[in-house]
Amino acid sequence: MSEHGAGAAHPTTGTYLRIAAILVMITLIEVGVFYVPAFQSVLVPLLLVLSAVKFTLVVMFYMHLKSDNRFFAFLFGGPLLLALVVIVSLLLIFYGAVRLRTGM
Amino acid sequence: MTHGSAHAHEAHRTSMGVDSRKMAFWAFIGSECLLFGSLIATYLVYKGRSLVGPYPHEILNIPFTSFSTFDLLMSSLAMVLALAAVQRGDMKQGKLWLLVTALLGLVFLGGQFWEFSHFVHEGLGLTTNLFGSTFYVLTGTHGAHVTVGVIWLLTLWIQALRGKLGPQQALTVEITGLYWHFVDVVWIVIFTVVYLIQ
Amino acid sequence: MKGWLTTTDHKRIGLLYFWTAFGFFLIGGLEALIIRAQLIRPDGGVGVSAETFNQLFTMHGTTMVFLALMPLSAAFFNYIIPLQIGARDVAFPRLNAFSYWVFLLGGLFLNASFIAGPLFGADRLSVAPDAGWFGYANLTSRQFSPGPNVDFWLLGLQILGIASLAAGFNFVVTILNMRAPGMRMLRLPPFTWMTLITQFLVITAFPVITVALVLLMFDRFFGTHFFLPAGGGDPILWQHLFWMFGHPEVYILILPAMGIVSEVLPTFSKKPLFGYTVVVYSGVVIAFLGWSVWSHHMFSTGLGPIADSVFAGTTMLIAIPTGVKIFNWIGTLWGGQIRFTTSLLFAVGFIAMFIIGGLSGVTHASAPSDLQQTDTYYVVAHIHYVLFGGTILGLFAGMYYWWPKMTGRFLSESLGKVHFWLTMIGMNLAFFPMHFSGLLGMPRRIYTYPAELGVARFNQLSTIGAFLIGIATLVFFWNLLRTRGRPADAPANPWGGATLEWAMSSPPPVYNFTVIPTVVSRLPLWQTERHAPMVALPAQPPAPIHVPGGSWWPMITALGLPIIAIGALAHLIPIVLAGAAVVIVGIYRWAYEPFEM
Repeated sequence: MSEHGAGAAHPTTGTYLRIAAILVMITLIEVGVFYVPAFQSVLVPLLLVLSAVKFTLVVMFYMHLKSDNRFFAFLFGGPLLLALVVIVSLLLIFYGAVRLRTGM
Repeated sequence: MTHGSAHAHEAHRTSMGVDSRKMAFWAFIGSECLLFGSLIATYLVYKGRSLVGPYPHEILNIPFTSFSTFDLLMSSLAMVLALAAVQRGDMKQGKLWLLVTALLGLVFLGGQFWEFSHFVHEGLGLTTNLFGSTFYVLTGTHGAHVTVGVIWLLTLWIQALRGKLGPQQALTVEITGLYWHFVDVVWIVIFTVVYLIQ
Repeated sequence: MKGWLTTTDHKRIGLLYFWTAFGFFLIGGLEALIIRAQLIRPDGGVGVSAETFNQLFTMHGTTMVFLALMPLSAAFFNYIIPLQIGARDVAFPRLNAFSYWVFLLGGLFLNASFIAGPLFGADRLSVAPDAGWFGYANLTSRQFSPGPNVDFWLLGLQILGIASLAAGFNFVVTILNMRAPGMRMLRLPPFTWMTLITQFLVITAFPVITVALVLLMFDRFFGTHFFLPAGGGDPILWQHLFWMFGHPEVYILILPAMGIVSEVLPTFSKKPLFGYTVVVYSGVVIAFLGWSVWSHHMFSTGLGPIADSVFAGTTMLIAIPTGVKIFNWIGTLWGGQIRFTTSLLFAVGFIAMFIIGGLSGVTHASAPSDLQQTDTYYVVAHIHYVLFGGTILGLFAGMYYWWPKMTGRFLSESLGKVHFWLTMIGMNLAFFPMHFSGLLGMPRRIYTYPAELGVARFNQLSTIGAFLIGIATLVFFWNLLRTRGRPADAPANPWGGATLEWAMSSPPPVYNFTVIPTVVSRLPLWQTERHAPMVALPAQPPAPIHVPGGSWWPMITALGLPIIAIGALAHLIPIVLAGAAVVIVGIYRWAYEPFEM
């Protein structure tokens, strides 16, 4: 039985290779940013953004989420968002208080 | 108990028009987000709280780990190529790319073993400090997932060698791929959060 | 016998869950009665030692939450959901069987601790878990809990977690993907909706406690310091991880019962559920908000004013969708043609008792007032009003409602009324005084209390109430056993229910429906404004229906898990590996077994 929606195009081998090339390039940029002192001040946000792009590319194209049933995006995205909120909440609880106390 | 095939159509109809196994697997991946999320949260909460060294900046090897990252990314490429081959019925290519994926996974695991033994040699054990504990449990859990994936891939490869894997089993290969790519994206997060952001 | 061991039929699995869970419910109840007997007097009513008392309240809580309430709900998920959605079985029948066997084995593993003392060189028979059902660090450390008690707990819960997770995936897919034609989401019966929401909570919350238990296991077995200050760890992290699971867990416990009430009230009022859509959305909102309130269990740990305020706020917010449901239930009864069956009585009892439990819950939401209440018997009152007065009364309502469908036999209504009234009197006598003893300062988890505290009278009332509950439960048990001797002559739809589980015989044929119905309304069996009742399904299927056979592999795979746990307990790697081998072989044989659905 086919579960690909009618009309949903399969990415071609070329697309997969292009994505792979982008993933490698981003990884090289990440490592480069890590070593170049000039980027130290924006290191964290930059790395988070770059890795988020890699994450999204793999999920959307390799895991086919972009062209699959939208409910799968909910099944994955909901818990993913929840996990992010959990991480941020715990960091705020453990470290937010410290920052606030020293800031006030 | 009666047998018959009177309602083949009825048996395959699904309310959302998707295969149940695929839906189940996405739900499983969702729950794994919480599993790894909790481990990553624990790592981050304890970052910088080790009472003694070695500390991350003293011991993490970025060039080596970048190579591991590159290896896993290439394994994901091999995986999608394997799936595409199986879907179009090209089992020769399918077998090849399944094996390549598994081998790249083994290379990653080999790298992890080397890295772990090197770290232990440098004085970072599981119980040495919070960095050691959180690092080994997080990357160890990931490594265990990779191991399961490699076994899964080799199982499919052997099945293909026996001529029992073909386009009719494309969904199984697809689900294997979903698992493998997920393990890859978890590594993307770990690489960034543990290795690059010190 | 082989049929039961290899069954993959959701109806049989549902019955297995029911009897196993009811057995554990009786065990948990016995633990409660010993606790109450001990507390009838300040100096200790029956001479229970402090160590034994710790084991009793730990096992009472763990048993009731994981081995009784959740599996009793699962009994109904299993039996009723495929019928309500017009399916022949769940999405993954063998996985379903696997969940049951893992539950049974996990429960046996946990309770084996009561007699495993000699195996560990303990000076007593019982090494049952004794650090509370919530296992706070660093009491659970190897230093302060050197014996195997906490190991039984953390290993047992990991086993049980696997059962719940597997069932979670199974029911999410079943409810979403196996519905009959025309069964749109907003035509689903409310019990099915609440179950769906519950399973989403399960698959997101259980991984978190899994991580917490694994970290604890590493601390105890391998010498890490995740929760130990000596190595830089923070015991409070345990509390965060545990309650991130623990709070969604209480919604996992209550939502199915709310779903049952939402089925029972319409049937016995001969009126549709008032505000169906609002009830469904409230359930969804409760699930979302349920993830945002966890630190209200930690108000006394020094979170700071901002965290305290945020969690107090979210906790107060969650009272809103809960309250909404209560109004909808009352609206369902209002103006209805009410039949006071035992099932209905329990459903109404649920509403009343849950309101009380909800109100004490609202008083907990305020951090300052919670500082007075936390760790006192006031909280014990709250949890028992919501879990006994809520979940258990709701489950009883479901039992009296669905027993004829599941077995073809009615439970005795007269015994049922006795059961109901004894339960209501017993539970209020047991738990209402705890509000007062708590506010007067009686702490939780103590095996004696000073006479000067002035709570002896309240404790006496609680103990009497608890024993009344015990008697009531025995009445119910007798009712259950009695039905076996009765003729199985219940009709298809004895109560005149509206939903699909009532469409076929009681019990239904093994393939559920002779023909899968097409659904056009939320109340298929009723006459509504726009629709006539569904045409009766044929008595015989038009063509033979394939029913999958059983399989040994779910049970065999499940067996590997306690073997791994025993190996871990005994610190014997070969046994761990043997258990793992059983699991792996089981999975392979399962995967390659020809199994036609």
